[in-house]
This record gives sequence, C-alpha cells and structure tokens, in this order.
Amino acid sequence: MDLYSLTITQAHELLRQRKISSLELTQALLERIREVDGQIGAYLTVTEAVALEQARQADERLRRGERVTPLTGIPFGVKDSIVTEGVRTTCGSRILEHYVPPYQATAVRRLLEAGAVLLGKHNLDEFSMGSSTENSAFFPTRNPWDLKRVPGGSSGGSAAAVAAGECFFALGGDTGGSIRLPAAFCNVVGLKPTYGRVSRYGLIALASSFDTIGPLTRTVEDAALVLQVIAGQDAHDATSLAQPVPDYAAQLQRPVKGLRLGLPREYFVPGMEAGVEAALQEAIRQFERLGMEIREVSLPHTPYALAVYYLILFAEASANLARFDGVRFGSAAQQAQTIPELYLETRGKGFGAEVKRRIMLGAYTLSAGYYDAYYLKAQRVRTLLRQDFERAFEVCDVLLTPVSPGVAFRLGEKTADPLAMYLSDVYLVATNPAGVPALALPCGFSEGLPVGMQLIARHGEEALLFQVGHAYQQVTEWHKMRPALGR
Amino acid sequence: MEQKYEAVIGLEIHAELQTRSKMFCACPADYAHAESPNTHICPICTGQPGTLPVVNRAALEQGIQVALALHCTIPPLNIFARKNYYYPDLPKGYQISQYEMPLAVNGWVEVPVGKEGTLQRIRIRRVHLEEDTAKLFHQGDRSLIDFNRAGVPLLEIVSEPDMHSVDAVLAYAMHIRNVLRYLGVNSGDMQKGVLRFEANISVRPAGSQELRTRTEIKNLNSFRALTRATAYEIRRQIAIYESGGQVLQETLGWDEEHEVTLSQRSKEHAHDYRYFPEPDLPPLQIEAAWVEALRAALPELPEARRQRFIEAYGLPVAEARILTAEKSLADYFEAVLPQTQASPREVSSWMIGEFLRHLNERQIEVEAVPFPPQALAELLNLVAQRTITMATAKEVLREMFESGAMPQAIVEARGLAQIADEATLMPLIERVLQENPQVVESYLNGKESVFQWLMGQVARATRGKADPQLTRQLLQSRLDALRRSRL
Amino acid sequence: MSDTHPPLNIETVHHIANLVQLGLTDEEAAAFLPQLNAILEYFALLQEVDTESVPPAFLLPGARNVLREDNPEPGMSREAFLSNVPDSEGEYVSVPRVLEEA
Repeated sequence: MDLYSLTITQAHELLRQRKISSLELTQALLERIREVDGQIGAYLTVTEAVALEQARQADERLRRGERVTPLTGIPFGVKDSIVTEGVRTTCGSRILEHYVPPYQATAVRRLLEAGAVLLGKHNLDEFSMGSSTENSAFFPTRNPWDLKRVPGGSSGGSAAAVAAGECFFALGGDTGGSIRLPAAFCNVVGLKPTYGRVSRYGLIALASSFDTIGPLTRTVEDAALVLQVIAGQDAHDATSLAQPVPDYAAQLQRPVKGLRLGLPREYFVPGMEAGVEAALQEAIRQFERLGMEIREVSLPHTPYALAVYYLILFAEASANLARFDGVRFGSAAQQAQTIPELYLETRGKGFGAEVKRRIMLGAYTLSAGYYDAYYLKAQRVRTLLRQDFERAFEVCDVLLTPVSPGVAFRLGEKTADPLAMYLSDVYLVATNPAGVPALALPCGFSEGLPVGMQLIARHGEEALLFQVGHAYQQVTEWHKMRPALGR
Repeated sequence: MEQKYEAVIGLEIHAELQTRSKMFCACPADYAHAESPNTHICPICTGQPGTLPVVNRAALEQGIQVALALHCTIPPLNIFARKNYYYPDLPKGYQISQYEMPLAVNGWVEVPVGKEGTLQRIRIRRVHLEEDTAKLFHQGDRSLIDFNRAGVPLLEIVSEPDMHSVDAVLAYAMHIRNVLRYLGVNSGDMQKGVLRFEANISVRPAGSQELRTRTEIKNLNSFRALTRATAYEIRRQIAIYESGGQVLQETLGWDEEHEVTLSQRSKEHAHDYRYFPEPDLPPLQIEAAWVEALRAALPELPEARRQRFIEAYGLPVAEARILTAEKSLADYFEAVLPQTQASPREVSSWMIGEFLRHLNERQIEVEAVPFPPQALAELLNLVAQRTITMATAKEVLREMFESGAMPQAIVEARGLAQIADEATLMPLIERVLQENPQVVESYLNGKESVFQWLMGQVARATRGKADPQLTRQLLQSRLDALRRSRL
Repeated sequence: MSDTHPPLNIETVHHIANLVQLGLTDEEAAAFLPQLNAILEYFALLQEVDTESVPPAFLLPGARNVLREDNPEPGMSREAFLSNVPDSEGEYVSVPRVLEEA
C-alpha cells in the first residue's frame, strides 16, 4: 500500500515500531503533492523545508521514545484561514496574498507540540465564504473523484488533500458546513466540534458566534486522535469551553446497541437526489443492524435555520472583515493619495464579489432602524433553534441527517445565483447557531460520486459521535475507497 | 450670558485606567513610558487576523469602583459591543465598547459651583468600559501611527445634561478628575491625554424645558479648553437664535489658537455605528458580593475624607471641602500635621490662605511645589515657637516657593529671627516713644487707639521682626511707667 | 405582523458600500441590487416566528466572567509587526494624511 494511503492509526503504528520514519512519510507525501496537486489544486502553499525539518525532529523524538503521541511524525495540512507563524496565510484572498502571520494559531501550536509535521496550507473559498472553493481568489480546487466537479467548500482544499492522500489529516474550519460539506463531497470524515471545544485563536474570523476549527481525516478513529490534541480551553479565546476534554479513544470502541438514533423529519423531505436518498436509507438500516433504536424526531424551526444563520453571519462577518483596510497588512495600495482611496483600493479591488455581497448585507442588517427586525430577531429565533435540538436530545442520543441534497456539482454550475448556493447548505446551517457538534462521514456513492451523512450530538458529546461513527466504519467500507487519480 | 437663555450642557469624559496591561491583551498599558513607538504591541492590539480579545480583570474592577464612587447602580449583567467605523487608528475597524448593557447607570455627584460654592447635584447617565485607539500624528502629506496606545483601557463617564453654566461644567469636570485620582485609577494629567472631555451643548429660553438642537465639541483636553470652548459655544448659539437662525446639529472642534469652535465635516456614517453585542466576549455577571468586596476595598473618597477632616480635625465644612477638593492638597495637609505643633485649624488656615494663593499665582499644582510638607511644618513651628512673626513667615514662605530652600535656612541667612528679648527691644521702643512725643502725649491723655499705631512703628523699626506679644507687653509697661511718672 | 423590508435601490447600495468602504463600480452595484433584494426578501420569513418572550442567544445562560489577570507580557516585536505593513516610515505605520477627525 502506498504510504500516502495510510490512516493516522496505521502510520503511527509503523512509526512506533520504527518500520518507517517520519522523514520517509513526509517525503512520500511531498512526492504525492508534486504528483497530483497540479490537477487538484488543494495547496496554496507547500512548506517543504519546514516539513522536512519537523520530520527530522519527530524522528528524534520517536527514536528516543520521548513525548511520543499518536500524531508524532504525522504530516498534515491546514486550511489557509488558520494562521501559521512564519508561513504565508492568505485566507484565499488577494488582500492577504503576501501576509506572513507573526503568531501561531493555538490549534496548530498544539499539533506541532505533539510532533505533527506541517506540509502546507490548503485552498479555500475567499474568507471562508462559499460552499465550493470556487470563490478562492487564486484558483478553484477540484474534486479528486471527478476533476470537473467541486470538492465542496469552504474547506475544499483540505478535504481534497485528505482524499487524494496529500496529507494524513487536515485542520479545517466550519461555520455553516465548511468542513462537513467538502468531507461528504470528497469521501472523507469531517468533524465540526462543539462551539468553543477547539480554540478559535488564529482562525481568521467569519462569524465569530459560529466559527469552529475541526479535523478532516480518513477515519473516525483518526478524527478522535486529532481532536484529542487540539481540543481544550485556551486563555487566548474567551469563548473556549472550560469543560475538561474527555479521553475520546477510550470511548471509541463502546458498543452502540441500544443508543437512540433520531431522524429529524424536517430533514428528510423530497428534494434529495435519488442516489443520495438511497445511500442515507441504507445507512439507517446499517445503524439498525448495529442495534440502534431508530425514531423520528422534529426540529420544528428548521425552515428558519438558513435565515438565522445567514443574517447573523453577514452581520458578524461585515465587522470581522473591517480590519482589512490596507493599513497594517494587505496589498500595498501605495498610489492612494487619501485615506478613502486607500480603503477603496484595498477593499474594492482586493475583495471578491461574494465577500462584498456579504459585507454589504451585514452592514445593512445592522444599520440604524434595521437592527431589531434583522439581527436581534435572528438571535431570538436562534434560541428557538437551540431549544429544538435540546428537546430532540431528550428522546434520542444522536441525530442522523443528510449532508447535502446532492453529490458534488460541476464547477461553475451554481456560481450564477448566490441565493441558490446558500439554499444548498440547508442541512448544515442549523448546527452552528445551536453550537452542537456534527460529524460528516462517507455512507455510499451515487453515480461514482461520494455521499456523506451527518451525525449530530448534544453540546460536548463528540465522544458519542465518534463512538457511533466508528461503529459504522467497523461494518462498512465506504471510507476505505480511494479516488483513482491518474499519474 | 443673556438672562434670556439657559445653557444645557452634558459632559462625556474619557478616562484611561491605570492598569498594568491593556484592556483586551497583555501588552503594557503605560504607553507614556514606552521606549519607542510600536513596542507595546502584540497581534491582538494591532488587529491581526484571527486574534481575539480577553477582558482585563483589573480594568473591570477599577470601572466598578469608579461606578461606586459616582453612586451608580451596577446592573447584574453587562456586555461588550462592537462600535463599527473606519479610521486608521482603529486596528480592527471596530472599537470594542459597551452600548445597550453598560457597566453602570444612574449615578450622581454633588459639586460646589462657582464662587459661592453652591452645591449642585449632577446626574450620571452611564459609565462603561472600552478600548483606546492608536496615536496618530501628521507629518507632511502622511499620517504616522503608533499602536502603543491602542487597546489601553478607557472608562467613559456620561453625564445627564444637568449643567447650565460654565462654572458647573468646570466644577463637575474637576470633581470627576478628583475622584479618579483619589481612586488611583487615573493620574488626572490632562497634558498627557489620560483624561479627555467632550461637551454636548444646547441653549434654550430661560425657564423653558424644551431641549433644542445640540452640538458636540470633541477633544477638549484641558480645563481651559473646556471652559473657553463651552463659553464660546453658548455665546455662538445664543447669537444664532437672536438673529433668528437655526443651530445645526454638528460635531465641532475647538481651535485653541483662534478660540473658536469649528465645524468638522461629519459624514453620516460616523453616526451609524451599527452596534451589536461582541460575540468574542461572554457577558459579565457582577454579583452583589463582588461589588461589596470592591466597595470595602475602595480608598477613602473625597466625601469621606472631608467628613473625617471635619470630625477629626475640627475643620469648618468650607475649609474641609477646599482641602479635599484636590487629593494631592489633602495629602499634603495630612503630611504636614504630624510634623508640626501648630493645630490642624492653623495648618488649614495657612494652606487655604497663603499656600493656595501661591499655587494660584504661580499656576502650579501641589505636585510642583518645590518643598516637601516637612518644610511647611517647620515654618509653622517657627511661628509657634515665636522665632518669627506671622508677617515674616509669609515672607519666608514666598522665598520657599521661589527657591525651595528650607525655612530655618532662610531665617538664618537673612537674619529674620524675631526680636524677642527685652534687652534688644526696649531701646527700640524707647526710641519710637522719643521720636513721637505728640503721639505719646495723646495716648497719655486718654487716646488709647494710638497704641496700635505705636505698635506699628515698632514693627516698622524692626522690619516686622519684633515679637508682637513682647512688644505689646514692653510698650504697655513703658507707657504705664510714663503715666505713673506724670502723677 | 409582516415587516418586509423596503426594497433597496441603487442609491442605497452605493450608500451601504460607502459605509463599509467597498467602492463599488456602477456595474457592480447594478449586478448586486437584485441579488441583495432577493436575499433580504428571504430574510423576511423570520418575521412570522413568535419570539415574544424568547431571549436573544447571546444572553442565554452559559459562560460568564472570563477574565485575564492584569499581568503585562512581552508581545510582538516592531520588526515582526512592520514586516507585513504595506507602508511604514521608520518606527511608524504610514498612511496618506488623515483630513478630518473621527
């Protein structure tokens, strides 16, 4: 088996037994990137020298048996919305094309302390705004399963990289499906943790109330390993959770028999592609065979989730992007003669259309006279969304839903109508306003393209998600499929 | 000011808090002592992408203490809010401030207004926390920015428009400054910009309750600017109404040089701050027990100190008020007391009389007095011991202010010691009597009042050094002897 | 109680763009106008939800008083800061001269 096809668990075992070195592993992945990334476009920056140096250090740790963790020596990539000290971070935008962060994101720091090896930065929709990675200012990423299709977004580069064997895992960002949608489109596992479970310090903010950092991996077991390292309270993030981080691996193997699987009726309505629906139904039967109790539940405010999500997102994003004014970082608009000109040159020329649209909508909905009817109203309905989940979890342990009504669509297919693009997020957007964790994992194929499903649990119950997801992966093979990428 | 009109004035005061670190990051807050520009900075206070604020406990507690000193109500919950606008000294493109749920509301202070010192109660609408901006200065066709000050904690104190005269405005401003200095949260050094005023001014027909259009004068950084700008603006508005015009609502600046208020082009967007609750900071819950602990830890406030001066030192209310109106003056007073045999009333008399007169004449603060409290104590001791007369003491005090020399040294150097021995004094008295036979005659003939004149002559002859008591005694006895010899 | 927003017109689009310093061309503004209106119209459906006694989510019970002790710490070097600054002059960040007060 090619080294790049291994899971973290498999690679760790080989490293631990000194059958391979981190250096070999890293070189294999750098080679893989050279081989396929020209077609896929997952990487914006490849940190070859840094990676090799970190691999050598990891090998030293492994050799001495010192501070060895499951991630020591394992190469990974990071969505380019997460800052990496000394390594260019663009957030998919021309404005940050040359920005080199002077500090490290906490999640990245924790991974490097654990001995993981940084391969590079992954492509994304500009400022994480989009569902297909087509909004990247640089180039779109292509789905390894069909290069004419999108990998999903906004963490499209990360999902594609994991799927194509260009890294063992990736750190992505999920504000309203940005880890889960690409995970489903690319046949990998993607976790949106509970809001606050992983520090946001270093995540270039989109919607501060919804943003999360989470892992994209080949298996649920791998995702648990990564979360174990990056989760936990951070003094730099006042919204990070104080609750201690459980031992995820310890709970992974627990049997799921008797656990209650809820199917929210509002999520299983006509509109899904036939192939997607079929895969979901098969997954439900699979959980039944595992001994889980299936029951229908209701999340009655689901029809309002999209409006709640986008209203609050636009408002917070418009403020979060105000700092990109060309003064302290950004492309030099040196010909600007006045301050207004500086702002206009930087922002008018530096932001793409989707970003501008969202900023304007956000400003409008916050403006005098509209705050109550829009932003405040959305925050109240958001409470109702939260309560929906709380009530549902009184009668079940995890929820199962689709990730997307369809499989990966073609590049260019949805770019004409922004509202249509928003509406395709329908299954994904309720979780972030509610703060609950959600796991996307492969559950089948439709016309050769991956189908993913979503498991949702209560606040802080990632362990349960892993448990159920892992049980599913013990009895299915979808996650083991690899795209046939030509050489 | 025309009796036809009444001024209606509210004051906003911005006070930097003397914490060790900034409001939302751990950079040093003391920018005045920074080695050079842009050295007290970090990713957070320079608004780098991905950074997050964390509230400084000491800033919050200082804010609560100020609120207590201003008799405010402290609601159980307060939250931060984003105030959105664009300016190069604002790193994030928004200021983290407080809007709908501030730290404190509904306070009051009582201040002595004008020469009579009539007490007026002025209500405080709100007190809230926010962060300071960077420092901007102009050089040719560029503006240069130093971020050392960006993020320093600011407390904003907003009064109700309860002031109706320049005297009231000054009294209020001085009182607030005094309270802040007593609390040790602000140095009151307006030249350094740690305390800034903004006046909201309108006028209306005397006796009416209507509120007419008001203007806002920003960036008043001294009492002088505050009083002159306020006075000017009141006159300006009255003149407009008198000529049948309308006062425009606008933001004005004070031109020190020409002593006029000038309109500043205020774009509409400057007033639509699009406030919304800060999603990066959880709410602050201020429990009663916490407030009580902070209240117990308050240093002695002006009112309490005034009361103590009245009770412990037997000072009249008016004197106690003057002495405690300025913390450094009260401190000086209490430093003199233990070192002198003069009574507190005598010390008070000296300080309110001669000492303050010198401060006013020389336009200096107590901190700039060139001699320590011990020196004033020594001077009062010399008077008490009758080494020098009161008149001489005043002379010595003047020299102390001029040279900073100690009183004993001055007395010796200039031979100012009182003539208090009979052997020296008697011949001088004799000579006065001899030189003024007619006056002596009129005294012996019953005109008692000329005794004072004779006393004065002795004082003149001795250049004020003759001990008045001994002079009186000896003069009386000499005159009595003369009378007896006539019988 | 329906509360559909008043439709935006091209002037409002430019006005909003100025609020957030975006500098739209006339073509961009014209292209955005129908899109923005469609999206705002969609948001109107929230008005049908009864939120009479529902608190906004940012005031729900949860974390409170996350505070930092007042201890100064070294931050970022000026060099590191200025290395990303497009226009600096000596120790300062430089911008075109500011004409008016904030």
